[in-house]
Amino acid sequence: MVTESANFLMQKGSLKAMGVLLFVIAGSLWALSIDSRFLYLLVYVWFGVIYGMFLQYGRFCMASAVRDLFAVKVPRMAVGMMIAVALYSIVAAIVTLSGFSTFHSNAMGWHVMIGGAIFGFGIVFTGGCASGSLYKTGEGNMNSLLVVLSISFAQAIIVSATGWWDSLVPQSWIDSAAAKDMPAELSVTQGWFDIFTAGYVWDLKGATTAEIFGWADTTFGIVVLNTLLTAIFPVAILLVLLYAFYYRKGYLRRSGKTALSMGEEMAGMWAMCTSSKNTALAGIGLGIFAGLHMYVTGALREHYGIMNFGEMLVAMGYTNGLSLQETVFDPGYWYITTQEAQWGGWVMQQLGINTMENIFFGLDNGLPNPLLNAPGFMSIGIILGAAVMALSRREFKWKLPSWETAFFAIVGGILMGLGARIGMGCNIGAFFATVTNGDPSGWVFLFGMVIGAYVGVKAFTKWMDWNASRNSSGCDL
Amino acid sequence: MAMSFNKTADGEWKLDVCGYTCPHPQMYTKKALQKLESGDVLTLVFDNPSSGESIMAMCDAEGNDLVDRQEGSGSFIWKIRKA
Repeated sequence: MVTESANFLMQKGSLKAMGVLLFVIAGSLWALSIDSRFLYLLVYVWFGVIYGMFLQYGRFCMASAVRDLFAVKVPRMAVGMMIAVALYSIVAAIVTLSGFSTFHSNAMGWHVMIGGAIFGFGIVFTGGCASGSLYKTGEGNMNSLLVVLSISFAQAIIVSATGWWDSLVPQSWIDSAAAKDMPAELSVTQGWFDIFTAGYVWDLKGATTAEIFGWADTTFGIVVLNTLLTAIFPVAILLVLLYAFYYRKGYLRRSGKTALSMGEEMAGMWAMCTSSKNTALAGIGLGIFAGLHMYVTGALREHYGIMNFGEMLVAMGYTNGLSLQETVFDPGYWYITTQEAQWGGWVMQQLGINTMENIFFGLDNGLPNPLLNAPGFMSIGIILGAAVMALSRREFKWKLPSWETAFFAIVGGILMGLGARIGMGCNIGAFFATVTNGDPSGWVFLFGMVIGAYVGVKAFTKWMDWNASRNSSGCDL
Repeated sequence: MAMSFNKTADGEWKLDVCGYTCPHPQMYTKKALQKLESGDVLTLVFDNPSSGESIMAMCDAEGNDLVDRQEGSGSFIWKIRKA
């Protein structure tokens, strides 16, 4: 009887999963029937679906990578993240060598670490990183949807804010911003984020390791400096540290030994990497597909003769919401927070709040209709892909937030949005996509994230202790 | 929705963290296991799938036995015997 019920639920879940997939297929065909050039946008959709499926399958959340090390001393997700970085960097090297890379380095400065720390603090309270919150939304978790909405509106408000916010930035940044020859409608000396961008970030340099050493566009620079030195070597060091500090003690106990030979240490490292097969497989899959995503978008750009999706939108007759450069946000690879900021900014714009008179939307990313926001559809694809996987594994469950979890989702989401904008990206855009393409600034962001998560776990533990001490429904924890 | 932790019988405990996302379930589980005596069994009820992976790794690292796993419709009931 129990087996029959389980089979019925499994079949029902699989049918619903199939329904979600058919919905994406039907939507894709509808878009292509309108204009075949929407293929460019659909690449984002389908890579999003793939990311969502892998994320849910491996319970792959980069928040867990830094948080669980301090919260419960579990290195599972940190190991999975390192596997994904290694694989992505190898595929990224192949893509770069083939001439289809769409990657741009981030500016290196103190803002990267500060942004990472604020973001890392926030993720402890929201229970997921930007991608993690999307895939958990696909599992039916409305608390995670609240996190996504909070990140979206927080960013839109942060990049548009002016007034007392402007007193947060030094006069030297205002002077530097004023010296830039920018269109008058942007008023770059007003709005703290514009001043921060034009007066500080634009004065910094961003480069891959190969570019720093003068080996850009060479095989040696791409393979040795960008991939081996900037990605694989740090990954190897971090895996050894994770093994030594978080896994070896348990491995010794389980093997019944007090000392290990070098061969046994290597076997222990392997055991750590494969201890969660789901997470390891997801890391491999995400690493490979993240690289392929960049290749496919790069090849399509060459095929259509464009540098940015905005050019294609203009050619198709869609001109609303483009930036002053007639561009829209179109990274060409896995990215999360900027398109979420666009969602928030677009809604605010519809409500009559002008959010286009700033550098972030007005000059760089535009505010396209969400139905024409290609990276935005990648985020929606992640939700749908995760829903497919969760339904087929009978793990989908509608969950509404309580006051407590909603408070954490909103406050944590605001902090994540603030951190992502100051750090110029989240754990994907400012870390995962950067280090794998040879940009060392991503390690600085991760370092900031680790510090923020450590402080966040300390604060969260104090709150938990207080909450548990007033719990009257059972025993004290 | 609220976390509940109860003693259900001699040497048997129940922790219900349904409705919570990360990191609540794994952190509450860790604290609950610290309360238990060696050999005690904790029945853990949760509905955040990703917490399961971390709890499993935590049990593995500390030598606690995951003696029973029931899963379905997005909910999980696990029994953990403390080492």
